[in-house]
Amino acid sequence: MIKFLLMVNKQGQTRLSKYYEQVELGKRAALEADMVRGCLARRKEECSFVEYKDYKLVYRQYAALFIVVGITENENELSIYELVHNFVEVLDKYFSRVMENQIMFNLDKVHIILDEMILNGHIVETNKNRILAPLLALDKMAES
Amino acid sequence: CFYFRLTLSNNTSLFLQQAKYISTCIDEIKQELKQDNIAVKANAVCKLTYLQMLGYDVSWAAFNIVEVMSSSKFTYKRIGYLAASQCFHEGTDVIMLTTNQIRKDLSSPNQYDTGVALTGLSCFVTPDLARDLANDIMTLMSHTKPYIRKKAVLIMYKVFLKYPESLRPAFPRLKEKLEDPDPGVQSAAVNVICELARRNPKNYLSLAPLFFKLMTSSTNNWVLIKIIKLFGALTPLEPRLGKKLIEPLTNLIHSTSAMSLLYECVNTVIAVLISLSSGMPNHSASIQLCVQKLRILIEDSDQNLKYLGLLAMSKILKTHPKSVQSHKDLILQCLDDKDESIRLRALDLLYGMVSKKNLMEIVKKLMLHVDKAEGTTYRDELLTKIIDICSQSNYQYITNFEWYISILVELTRLEGTRHGHLIASQMLDVAIRVKAIRGFAVAQMATLLDNAHLLTGNTQRNGICEVLYAAAWICGEFSEHLEDPMQTLEAMLRPKVATLPGHIQAVYVQNAAKLFATVLQKHEGETDSQVAQETSQLLIERLPLFVQSANLEVQERASCIIQLVKYIQKLQQKNVEVADEVTALFAGELNPVAPKAQKKVPIPEGLDLDAWINEPPSESESEDEKPKSKAVFAKEEPKHSRRHTEVDEKELARRREVRKQEQANNPFYIKASPSSQKVFDAPGVEHIPVVQIDLSVPLKVPGMPMSDQYVKLEEERRQKDKADKKKKDKKKKREKRGKGRKADSGPESEEDITPAQQVDIVTEEMPENALPSDDDDKDPNDPHKALDIDLDKPLADSEKLPVRTHRPEVLKSPAEDRENESIPQESKKKSSKEKKEKKKDKEKDRKRSKEEKKKKKKHKEVEEELMESQPEEAVQSEDTKEMAVPPTSAEASDLDFWLSSAPVPPAAQVRSLTLSPPPLLIPLSVCRVVNERLFCISPSGLSRFLTSLCLFSLLFTGLAHFCLFAYACFS
Repeated sequence: MIKFLLMVNKQGQTRLSKYYEQVELGKRAALEADMVRGCLARRKEECSFVEYKDYKLVYRQYAALFIVVGITENENELSIYELVHNFVEVLDKYFSRVMENQIMFNLDKVHIILDEMILNGHIVETNKNRILAPLLALDKMAES
Repeated sequence: CFYFRLTLSNNTSLFLQQAKYISTCIDEIKQELKQDNIAVKANAVCKLTYLQMLGYDVSWAAFNIVEVMSSSKFTYKRIGYLAASQCFHEGTDVIMLTTNQIRKDLSSPNQYDTGVALTGLSCFVTPDLARDLANDIMTLMSHTKPYIRKKAVLIMYKVFLKYPESLRPAFPRLKEKLEDPDPGVQSAAVNVICELARRNPKNYLSLAPLFFKLMTSSTNNWVLIKIIKLFGALTPLEPRLGKKLIEPLTNLIHSTSAMSLLYECVNTVIAVLISLSSGMPNHSASIQLCVQKLRILIEDSDQNLKYLGLLAMSKILKTHPKSVQSHKDLILQCLDDKDESIRLRALDLLYGMVSKKNLMEIVKKLMLHVDKAEGTTYRDELLTKIIDICSQSNYQYITNFEWYISILVELTRLEGTRHGHLIASQMLDVAIRVKAIRGFAVAQMATLLDNAHLLTGNTQRNGICEVLYAAAWICGEFSEHLEDPMQTLEAMLRPKVATLPGHIQAVYVQNAAKLFATVLQKHEGETDSQVAQETSQLLIERLPLFVQSANLEVQERASCIIQLVKYIQKLQQKNVEVADEVTALFAGELNPVAPKAQKKVPIPEGLDLDAWINEPPSESESEDEKPKSKAVFAKEEPKHSRRHTEVDEKELARRREVRKQEQANNPFYIKASPSSQKVFDAPGVEHIPVVQIDLSVPLKVPGMPMSDQYVKLEEERRQKDKADKKKKDKKKKREKRGKGRKADSGPESEEDITPAQQVDIVTEEMPENALPSDDDDKDPNDPHKALDIDLDKPLADSEKLPVRTHRPEVLKSPAEDRENESIPQESKKKSSKEKKEKKKDKEKDRKRSKEEKKKKKKHKEVEEELMESQPEEAVQSEDTKEMAVPPTSAEASDLDFWLSSAPVPPAAQVRSLTLSPPPLLIPLSVCRVVNERLFCISPSGLSRFLTSLCLFSLLFTGLAHFCLFAYACFS
């Protein structure tokens, strides 16, 4: 099961956070900072899986942006690794070459995309067109 | 613009500015929230979501979020739900207000409304919400749109967790969804059942045939991974399932190009083989395949694959160490990898790869790595691994304990390690358990004590000084082995000792007394009692230092012992022999105690720890005392100064309040909590920066042996042993020719290596009648425990989900529901709608199920028709009657049949049993044909098979009739 998904930039600022299991607000900042430090410290040639406390972190770096996913022991690491890429591809498709500030300014939309892909800590959808369908419908609604 | 300004000021140098900016922002948002315009409100809530992400508490706006959620316009509703899903949690009280709103959205004609409500619900569902909405979500599971169906299915998992009673009523529908035409829904159902089955696998065994079918037919890798994972959880319960799985899994391993799927398959094959490990003919082929594939992964240049390969390899290691051991070279290579996590995985593997033969060699390599290692964390990890490897299963692989002791002593030279206590406990353990090694250990420990100043270069922050604890204890306890107890005693009483941590000093003092006893014992009987008296004098001189210690334990022990020594000194002066009595103080062996022993000591009868020992002090007394003591001090206080400060205090309190508010709102401010305070008080060393001194030459303590020399010695010893054995064998051979074979089989098999020393004390002490194993470690708070429900049992009426009505009483806990049932009026209303649904389902089930029941059913249907006119409760009882015919036995036998070699889909089997018997007996040969047809049949081919069977029977009836006719004619 996926516990949380974070998007963090190189300076350690959170750009998006989604928790699938309740974490106390006060602990979040410390937790995020700690994890990001762990991931930032790793070099490119090191593997993308980190054991952190009682779960595993799978992270991927895209330019200055890190995507960190926390998963339980029983989740397949490689499939999550692929899912992260899938997520970024979807973002790329929607925003046509996604950038950090696009994510920042369209936080709600990114959340919609994420909610279409992951629900309740499980992968629901991986098909790009189907993921984007509700968002496109929404855009159409806003235009009209 | 809001977001942008935030990022700009998010810089630490502009920290104060940011705090100010945010507080103005929050004020602005508060203003916006007060407005009536929903667009403005939604925008404000949107900003709040962003602030919440940055770590600011926005729970004060919960009600406004609910307002936005209930907007009729989807654009705003969506923002409200997003904010709710981010900010709400079980403790948020306004959630109660949302129940009806969410219900409305769930039943909205717009699929996106429903979708957004479902998504939000998954984040903040509470037990109350789960109970109230369970039925609505269950209905959505059969929605016409797959988009809704898949979401509803996934949400059900959260609902089950929060409201376990919903699992049984919802399960049949969940099962249906496994065969949903839409792959998304299918995968969602697989996900949910996987997650459920992982915790309570035995309840889901009956689904195995269905999953097997899915696995062989599905092409979606995400789904396949989940299904294969599920099988991994099921196989330990049903070994026959494992046998069935091996083949398709190996096929997948061969054919798939997706690494994640390959990895999952390998993992499951390993799990299957573990569950099969006994009682199965060798599956060496599949093990070999797995190991081969993993080797490819490990050799890959992609670090991720390498990591996972090592991870999976460690699983194989547990059951099939032999097949992994052949890849030792590869794993040792990984120890040099740049990536720390890969090195750690490789270390894990080494743990299982050691044998008596290669232990010394592997540990030697690890020691080299210890010298080379850069970070302290990795070095500490290496240290623990070395100790783990050596001490596993009661020092099984250690053949020479002198070598091990010297390894431990070498490890004490590590600067700044945290694991001093680990080394110490190993030293103690070995010295106690291996009696033969005590002499050597004592000698080593004495040198350690002598050179203690090397270990405690920078005392307090050095974890390694824990080793001295063990050293002092060993020297004291086994002091009869000491060559020069006087010298050791002197070393233990050096003034420098007073800088050590308290608990170590205490051990020093106590063991000094033991040494003192030994010295007395040694020198008693000698005419010249000079040495003994000198010793007493030494103790009397040095101990006062410890009596002054701030540590109570040290103080107490020291003052006890100093009195004892003074008394002994007096006796000595009178030439009384005291040695025997002093040694009697420390007589008897101290054996290791099992870790659970304390828990197992039964509480003596009649012991009540809560009872008062003395009469409880009366309430009034204590009340009397308080004002008295207050009065004593309060009177002294000058009154005018108080008045003077009062003005300031008000101001101060106000300021404090403001400051607190600011700090509470600032997530980056480290709040003072009692727990964090404690952490700082503890003598932890992590947060103190340790300066790494890079010494090219490792510190060498004079007079200490190097472990390396033992490797050579051990080699020689083994050679000698072998030679001896061969001689013996030859003798034996001459005597009994036939039995010499075993010794010849390997050049140096495991059994050939005899350890130089044996572990004498293997078992640990336990109180009588206690078993070390009987203890359940299960977490009582695990939410999944409540979901351990037998799903095959028929559903009782009391378990049906509460359905919404206008009456509030219905939304009560199931216990109360049961009460309601006794009142027919209530129960009728409660589930009338759902019952109809259920009935429909049942009707379907019935049609599908055995035709044997047909007669019975007709009977019942007649009854039902008769009863239709009667009140509904009668029907209800009828329902339960029918449900009482359990489908379980049939299903169980299905599973058994499915597992027993023949790959018949269960449906076909059921039908074949229920075929109406042909008019004539079918000859045996035809039976076999039919049987063979059965084996290769698939459900789609079922109808074809049925028709052919009918034809057969017709043919035979015809043939028989013809025969009869012919016979009649003939006669």
